Amino acid sequence: MGYEPTPKSLDIPQVFLENIIAPIIPSDNPQTAEGIALGKKLFFDQILSANGTQACASCHSPQNAFTDNTPTSVGIDGVSGNRNSMPLFNLAWNYNERFNWDGSALSLERQAEEPVENPIELHSNWEAVVDRLQNHPDYPELFQLAFKTNTITKELTTKAIAQFERTLISANSKFDNYSLGQATLTTQELNGLDVFLREDKGDCFHCHGNPNNPLWTDNDFHNNGLDATFTDLGLGAVTGDPNDNGKFRSPSLRNLAFTAPFMHDGRFATIDDVISHYSEGLQNSSTIDPLMKQIDQGGVQLSDQDKSDLKVFLLALSDPSFINNPDFQN
Amino acid sequence: MNKTIFTLFFIALISAVSCSDSDSVANSTQIFTTFKFTHNWDGTPVTNNDFNTLQYTNENGDLLSIEKLRYVVSDIMFTTSSNENLVFDVYNLVDVTNATNLSFTPQILIPKGSYNVSFTFGFDNADNSENYLDLNSESFNVPDNLGGGYHYMQFDGKFLNADDAEQGFNYHAIRAVDNPGMNPTFPQDTFITVNLGVITITDAPEIEVKMNIAAWFKDPNTWALNELNQMLMPNSSAQIQMFENGQNVFSLGEVTP
Repeated sequence: MGYEPTPKSLDIPQVFLENIIAPIIPSDNPQTAEGIALGKKLFFDQILSANGTQACASCHSPQNAFTDNTPTSVGIDGVSGNRNSMPLFNLAWNYNERFNWDGSALSLERQAEEPVENPIELHSNWEAVVDRLQNHPDYPELFQLAFKTNTITKELTTKAIAQFERTLISANSKFDNYSLGQATLTTQELNGLDVFLREDKGDCFHCHGNPNNPLWTDNDFHNNGLDATFTDLGLGAVTGDPNDNGKFRSPSLRNLAFTAPFMHDGRFATIDDVISHYSEGLQNSSTIDPLMKQIDQGGVQLSDQDKSDLKVFLLALSDPSFINNPDFQN
Repeated sequence: MNKTIFTLFFIALISAVSCSDSDSVANSTQIFTTFKFTHNWDGTPVTNNDFNTLQYTNENGDLLSIEKLRYVVSDIMFTTSSNENLVFDVYNLVDVTNATNLSFTPQILIPKGSYNVSFTFGFDNADNSENYLDLNSESFNVPDNLGGGYHYMQFDGKFLNADDAEQGFNYHAIRAVDNPGMNPTFPQDTFITVNLGVITITDAPEIEVKMNIAAWFKDPNTWALNELNQMLMPNSSAQIQMFENGQNVFSLGEVTP
């Protein structure tokens, strides 16, 4: 029997096993130890960029839960894009398999294609990237180990990156341990949870999960009242449906301690800014989500105490072990 | 998601059938039944292609649009003329927004014959206390401080309010709850038993279940969206009105073949 890559299933956290359905692993890209290792090397390798100065990790840094700390990331030519770099974790549980803020990538593998050729990101082209990888002293052998061929292609490269990205699992926050009966929350954190879950207070749960959906996102698309008129159509530019204008994917609320600034364009520098937006800053528009409340007053009108409690609760969803996981470092 | 549901309940369903009159079941030709869920506004068909446009006027005269509609049906029951019950402990999340699960075939065989067919809109209280991983993954939960369990229905849209401005509404049906918080209480049950009447099942039928969406807003309670539009989950009075109006929402459509 010939060589076969070593199957490597995802380590599914207990809090996920108890609450949500299994992650999505494409049948044509099973997880293997060699594929994950190759994907990790590619993720951190600047060889993917045209001038060899940036890698995926340049805008998706481990210490920022795989986003960066700028409103919109700057590419190899010093040009800033118009979107905030999305954090990367628990991606295999995005059951809709629509990635990016606007849902433009219909699988994780496809998502990995676009930044390489984006003129304000890595500004390369796949033909050149594949050529560089093929002529690299190490990569042909690593592809051989991962995919049983040393003929490198765009498809195999993105498959490897996607395999690595699927291993980026975050489920060890204080709240996760509380859910498992292994930690206690403070009174303020519990009050914040109440604000989060109360339909007559924060009503965050309809879009951002709940203790029984520990992804803390619905991975769906909403217009959350950021703008009265749109400079970025979001999902609407992808689908062509004006009813989708101004809609963006709900991000997970995990790891907010590491992922500022916030929103698709990074407009809010702090969690306080975000909470104030939902409390007093909503802007009406034709596609604003019906779940947005009291828009004529700017939002749900949280008290200062509720805001403070909600912030403390949200921070309990952050997972320091994730950003320090040695498996995820370069 | 159906696969998960079917897998989860397959053994339980077989058990449920096995507990019924096994002789008559064993001696009959057994077939699957399919339930097809259709939606209308006082007879005018509604699909997700009709969403996001202010075009429906409710009994109260409010002009409204539909942006999201999904609901759970569960516990399908076939009752024979001799009052033998075949209870299928199944559920299906009908998602009109995404046009998924509009057709539902429980993987259970039943004998040909005439049955009174009924189901539960939402979950009965016992089923509502279970943990459904697929519904959790759909964020269909009701938080514990609002009574826990699951939504029975999420129906979101917009209406023209008294100021002639578009405003959102969230007609979310759940188990009615009082005292939201650490120790909620439940004033009355608000899941709905829907009786489709007697159906003669001959050959792998498709049973159409019709939802008249307009009926959620009338009889016996004329629903004024200017007064009841959002934050209805902790409003037990509103939940009970939904329950009362919901008695007239579903009906039997075509049965084919």
